[in-house]
Amino acid sequence: MITRREMLQVGAATAALVAGAGGFTRALAQQQLTESDLLKFDALGNVTLLHVADIHGQLMPVYFREPSVNLGVGEAKGQPPHLTGGDFLKRFGIPTKSAAAYAMTSEDFVALAKSYGRIGGLDRLATVVKRVRSERGDKMLFLDGGDTWQGSLGSNASRGQDMVDCMTLLKPDAMTGHWEFTYGEARVKELIKGLGFPFLALNIRDTEWNEPAFEPMKMFEKGGVKIAVLGQAFPYTPVANPRWLMPKWSFGIREEDVRANVEKARKDGAQLVVLLSHNGFDVDRKLAARVLGIDVILTSHTHDALPEAVKVGNTLLIASGSHGKFVSRLDLDVQNGVVKGFRYKLIPLFADAIKPDAEMTAAITKARAPYAKELARVVGRSDSTLYRRGNFNGTFDDLICAALLKERDAEIVLSPGFRWGTSVLPGAPITMEDIHNATAITYPQVYRLPMTGERLKDILEDVADNLFNPDPYYQQGGDMVRCGGLGYAIDVTKPIGNRISAMTHLKTGKPIEPAKEYTVAGWASVNEGTQGPPVWELVERYVAAEKSVRVIPNTSVKISGV
Amino acid sequence: MRQLSRRAALALSASGAALTIVGWNEGAFATAKEAADDIAKFTGGKTAEKAKISIELPEIAENGNTVPLSVAVDAPMTAENYVSEILVVADGNPRPGVATFHFSSMSGKAEASTRIRLATTQNIIVVAKTSKGEFFTGQKQVKVTIGGCGG
Repeated sequence: MITRREMLQVGAATAALVAGAGGFTRALAQQQLTESDLLKFDALGNVTLLHVADIHGQLMPVYFREPSVNLGVGEAKGQPPHLTGGDFLKRFGIPTKSAAAYAMTSEDFVALAKSYGRIGGLDRLATVVKRVRSERGDKMLFLDGGDTWQGSLGSNASRGQDMVDCMTLLKPDAMTGHWEFTYGEARVKELIKGLGFPFLALNIRDTEWNEPAFEPMKMFEKGGVKIAVLGQAFPYTPVANPRWLMPKWSFGIREEDVRANVEKARKDGAQLVVLLSHNGFDVDRKLAARVLGIDVILTSHTHDALPEAVKVGNTLLIASGSHGKFVSRLDLDVQNGVVKGFRYKLIPLFADAIKPDAEMTAAITKARAPYAKELARVVGRSDSTLYRRGNFNGTFDDLICAALLKERDAEIVLSPGFRWGTSVLPGAPITMEDIHNATAITYPQVYRLPMTGERLKDILEDVADNLFNPDPYYQQGGDMVRCGGLGYAIDVTKPIGNRISAMTHLKTGKPIEPAKEYTVAGWASVNEGTQGPPVWELVERYVAAEKSVRVIPNTSVKISGV
Repeated sequence: MRQLSRRAALALSASGAALTIVGWNEGAFATAKEAADDIAKFTGGKTAEKAKISIELPEIAENGNTVPLSVAVDAPMTAENYVSEILVVADGNPRPGVATFHFSSMSGKAEASTRIRLATTQNIIVVAKTSKGEFFTGQKQVKVTIGGCGG
């Protein structure tokens, strides 16, 4: 299969790097990994789609550990993207300890991170976009799946301006969104005005008249092919994030609206229909089987990086990863409204191998300048790998939970299961940039409230059902809420109300009593008027006091039904 | 289902479809059995066929206090064969009855749109009655969540 071969190009270029017991040096890794190998692509057909998604405010190259736990339920069980570690490598034929293994899995993360270095950065992305654009000319569309404007100190402080300023230099053809909306309606409208390209969202209506609130689609002509790009924003933005920040907009999967827009696009002469989606992979897989006529779904939201296109009927699903680590290239041969052939490559943007684009480097430096001192400020050191991504817990969340337990004098902490947040290597300093990369939101107040054991159980059940409902249309695409001071068991196969058991107050070792009140601290409440200090302040204070942070392995969640 | 435009909604009210909205009463929550009883009363015990009904509801409600609902029945709406009533029942609310829409052959379309209040995650069941005494049904689950923690 073509896609397998393309993916193996990355593998072949790096297979020689299989390390012995001592690993190999960073210098050697840099020598072996070249820009031309990474970008090598035998052009095919008359259309090229470049896709990025879920950059989450990351202008610079990052360390981002992919998940080691990513469970699929129902029909998605054991299917991509619900494969991790060795299973992922085996499924896609990727050599262990290779560059591709480092980019796409958590296997040997620390050792490989030290060898291969950081991945991503908008200046590396710029190099690729410019190169492909010069190669393919008017055959190319560059599309941004959203979650671009949020996730860092600079993005939060400039309310998305830093990302908009840099991304517009790359001249995307369209984008859609999710976290973008958490800057509020007025700011979103203001930023869209300055984009110079459309912000598409067919599934947002105004709450007053129930009429479309955004441009649903845009028709392009590239390589002689009429291409309709339909935008689908994250359907559950006002549920997963505060509705009060966007009270005039109503979202939803709105399958019928997707279908109607696909039909309209075809009627208007589209020969290629692309859904630029922020649904999440499992939702898009279901949608592709139910709404016919979509040629390509550029997926996002669930942060999956897949080296092959997943085919559902005649629809190709592309998953381009997160945090600016990858850009996807999909070449298509479109003849008479039919995709006759395709070639796909998920390109990891190894920062040491890909030459940064000077114009973008300058723009990034300028965008970061107002915050440069704060970004670089060291508050402590980590003895452990700090990461977030994974279904149940991450060490960065364990750190946040420990900080909130102490700084808010709480018995139990609830911390959101966001999928964004960069990683810190053991032995590295913890900077304010690291802390903001895990906490930068527009509703960061840390509340402190009494909650009954019953309420806590309801919350865990509710979030678990957002993650493990066997019907993807009821999934919200986040990970499980992280708990501090609270242990529990979960059977992911059970229905809502029956998944969670054995809830334990870790400090006393006693079972959580339904009627008893516990002092709970947490952040990212969706309720308006939440009071408390911003989460990054408390994490900073905690890390500064600890000086050196060591996170012990979290064994407080017992998982079954896997 | 076709999206019910504002114009269509106005046409609907102009054509004289009458609507009964059942109020919200605090008290014991309905069971699925109570909802089934309401439906049995509506159909006179006849079995409704699972066909012809389109229901537009969110999978997860953004605000349980006001959930947009549109229903449409695929029907000829002629003098000989038209949808006369559409019953909407919520099987998890304090009282299961939500609304009954009344139509005539002059209504043109058997479509209606409103906002409903949902106390908790539950099924919304729609039953349509035709002038020929046939019954059609469809249902959809709407989740009402605590919210947060996504993304």
